[in-house]
Amino acid sequence: EAELEEGLVGLDLRNDSDVPDVPPATDNTPEILKPALSGLSARWQNWWLRGILTLAMIAGFFLIISLGSFMLMLLVLSIQVKCYHEIITIGYRVYHSYDLPWFRSLSWYFLLCVNYFFYGETVADYFATFVQRREQLQFLIRYHRFISFALYLAGFCMFVLSLVKRHYRLQFYMFAWTHVTLLITVTQSHLVIQNLFEGMIWFLVPISSVICNDITAYIFGFFFGRTPLIKLSPKKTWEGFIGGFFSTVIFGFVFAYFLAQHQYFVCPVEYNSDSNRFVTECEASELFQMTTYSVPPVLQAVLGWEVVSLYPFQLHSVALSTFASLIGPFGGFFASGFKRAFKIKDFADTIPGHGGIMDRFDCQYLMATFVHVYITSFIRGPNPSKLLKQLLILQPEQQLSVYRTLRSHLVEKGILQPSLRG
Amino acid sequence: PTSDDTPEVLNRALSNLSSRWKNWWVRGILTLAMITFFFIIIYLGPMVLMTIVMCVQIKCFHEIITIGYNVYHSYDLPWFRTLSWYFLLCANYFFYGETVTDYFFTLVQREEPLRILSKYHRFISFALYLTGFCMFVLSLVKKHYRLQFYMFGWTHVTLLIVVTQSHLIIHNLFEGMIWFIVPISCVICNDIMAYMFGFFFGRTPLIKLSPKKTWEGFIGGFFATVLFGLLLSYVMSGYRCFTCPVEFNNDTNSFTVDCEPSELFQLQEYNIPLVLQSVVGWKTVRMYPFQIHSIALSTFASLIGPFGGFFASGFKRAFKIKDFANTIPGHGGIMDRFDCQYLMATFVNVYIASFIRGPNPSKLIQQFLTLRPDQQLHIFNTLKAHLVDKGVL
Repeated sequence: EAELEEGLVGLDLRNDSDVPDVPPATDNTPEILKPALSGLSARWQNWWLRGILTLAMIAGFFLIISLGSFMLMLLVLSIQVKCYHEIITIGYRVYHSYDLPWFRSLSWYFLLCVNYFFYGETVADYFATFVQRREQLQFLIRYHRFISFALYLAGFCMFVLSLVKRHYRLQFYMFAWTHVTLLITVTQSHLVIQNLFEGMIWFLVPISSVICNDITAYIFGFFFGRTPLIKLSPKKTWEGFIGGFFSTVIFGFVFAYFLAQHQYFVCPVEYNSDSNRFVTECEASELFQMTTYSVPPVLQAVLGWEVVSLYPFQLHSVALSTFASLIGPFGGFFASGFKRAFKIKDFADTIPGHGGIMDRFDCQYLMATFVHVYITSFIRGPNPSKLLKQLLILQPEQQLSVYRTLRSHLVEKGILQPSLRG
Repeated sequence: PTSDDTPEVLNRALSNLSSRWKNWWVRGILTLAMITFFFIIIYLGPMVLMTIVMCVQIKCFHEIITIGYNVYHSYDLPWFRTLSWYFLLCANYFFYGETVTDYFFTLVQREEPLRILSKYHRFISFALYLTGFCMFVLSLVKKHYRLQFYMFGWTHVTLLIVVTQSHLIIHNLFEGMIWFIVPISCVICNDIMAYMFGFFFGRTPLIKLSPKKTWEGFIGGFFATVLFGLLLSYVMSGYRCFTCPVEFNNDTNSFTVDCEPSELFQLQEYNIPLVLQSVVGWKTVRMYPFQIHSIALSTFASLIGPFGGFFASGFKRAFKIKDFANTIPGHGGIMDRFDCQYLMATFVNVYIASFIRGPNPSKLIQQFLTLRPDQQLHIFNTLKAHLVDKGVL
């Protein structure tokens, strides 16, 4: 340990040459596929493997969608835990810190705390009526921030108490590594779930756009690729980038058209306290009602139509696809840089041919935050359930005065018929 | 080892004393100077306080980032200094935007450019952050990847610690200056008292991380701080300028601290529990309810606050530095003085949000008015059912 500590201090961190190379990935093709692919050369074998698993993942994705929002939430949660695990494991390997006292427990504890905090905030919003009926839950909700903070503090104090002489630096590194990982994986997975509750379409279209961009950029690059895009990822080309951009915008546009017709995708997910289930039924908002737009004169000559019927959501999908194609890849470059910095080929070996879960989701993270910010800025006003929750924890006198103000407002607007009772 | 950076003026005055006493005197004089400075700033009002909090935040950020540079010999990394300051700017823009919109609501609504900035605030902040993120990715240079990622992580953790907490302090300040002054004073008092008790009675070491701390100092400091908190709260609760929330007056375009004192700051009679009656000899006592809350604050400052200090000590040992910087002679850097304050700021904010202040009813009504009619009706009916349930209606 003393050498390690000294080694870190004296380490010439000016370049990365000191970092040991990770041994090349072993062949982890599943057994079943081996006989089928044994006839092909190694390059084609890899290509087929990737192809089969891509289709398998897409099929799995559709299956989960059909099972409903709750399953999707569980899926998002599992992916988050797996991504967290992958990044933390890399940290252990980089710092040879697998045997640090307490550290594994502390990392998982912090993951639990942060998830508790975020789920408490969202669950309380969406399950407001369910929660109101149960006393113990009401207590947990009312003092939620305090309880979460106390839990986090307990972890913080445990960390301080676990500091061991000669391991200080390592422990601080792992502490910081844990926190940055939490910031990236947990906050974004909760934003994904918030987007999901807004309507499954806000979950499906962005994710599909990113996947489509990945695939079409690869295909365009494969056939037409010539000019390298960025030194960080030598396989990416400008032709792939631009081709992928246009294909994704068109894909998003078409996909949004199909999804916007079904209530299942378009309605906010709500929890029905009577049937104790999630329901997606509503009056379609104006975003999802066919509207006629006049085509600008410039395009009229090209297309030959004067007006066009679209869902307004399709225009938003253009914004989403544009982000997925232009900025999403930066998430991928960031992950590539990270892998080069720490000399790893893939985040993990979970998916044969593709690497770890993080490898598949690196571009999705920026997308999730963008969609969330987009929704809160341009689409949705304040969240009614959250407002209700805040109203219900006011003092009774305040609630009464708010009630009177609301009643007079609603009567004025004609939304409420004035009753004879007071 | 640190060079002797005692200011010249003090050097002459202290030249005859031995170096140990000299150090003690320097620390003492500068402690008094800082406390006096603190009082002057309080006197000057909330705006100046906010500015000071902002400056302290920037200096702490600078100190921690400089340590990162020294650790990683990365002072010459391309772009990195610019990027760190840019991210600091983004984070501050985001937080100030959120608070300013809340407190200056009417002012913001009147000015058209401000209204647009506040309406799309999150989007603009996110766009600014993304620009920094993309600049970072584009600045990655072969052979320096690891360093650059380390500095990126270092910057983000520092922002998380320094910037969020300074904004929580400003939130607390707006709740009422007493919520700013009492916690900070308790932490300072605990620091000083624990040191004194340790100096005179200290025998049993507290934690391997900080060998100078002792159990006697810890416990003595705890009781002294609780008492100090009770007394300070008693004195401050009588003055409106400390207990009233800070508000921005649109007509005079300045901050005002004027209100009906809430029930927290009105003297009430409490029955002393029988156990204490024999000890103290009174049956009832007149106190401000806030003093009871001050016990919670002082307890946190004495029991958990020091963990912030141990964390900073561990950090300094991990990176083999004696002090965060040499800004204050005898004391080290600004971070050295503020390490215990950070946990305190978050605690006070969470405490206020959980136990003191509920949501703001007028703000809720504003949000209600922007909803769709069917949503408004749904909320109204649920509220009505709730009130009927509770027998209020």
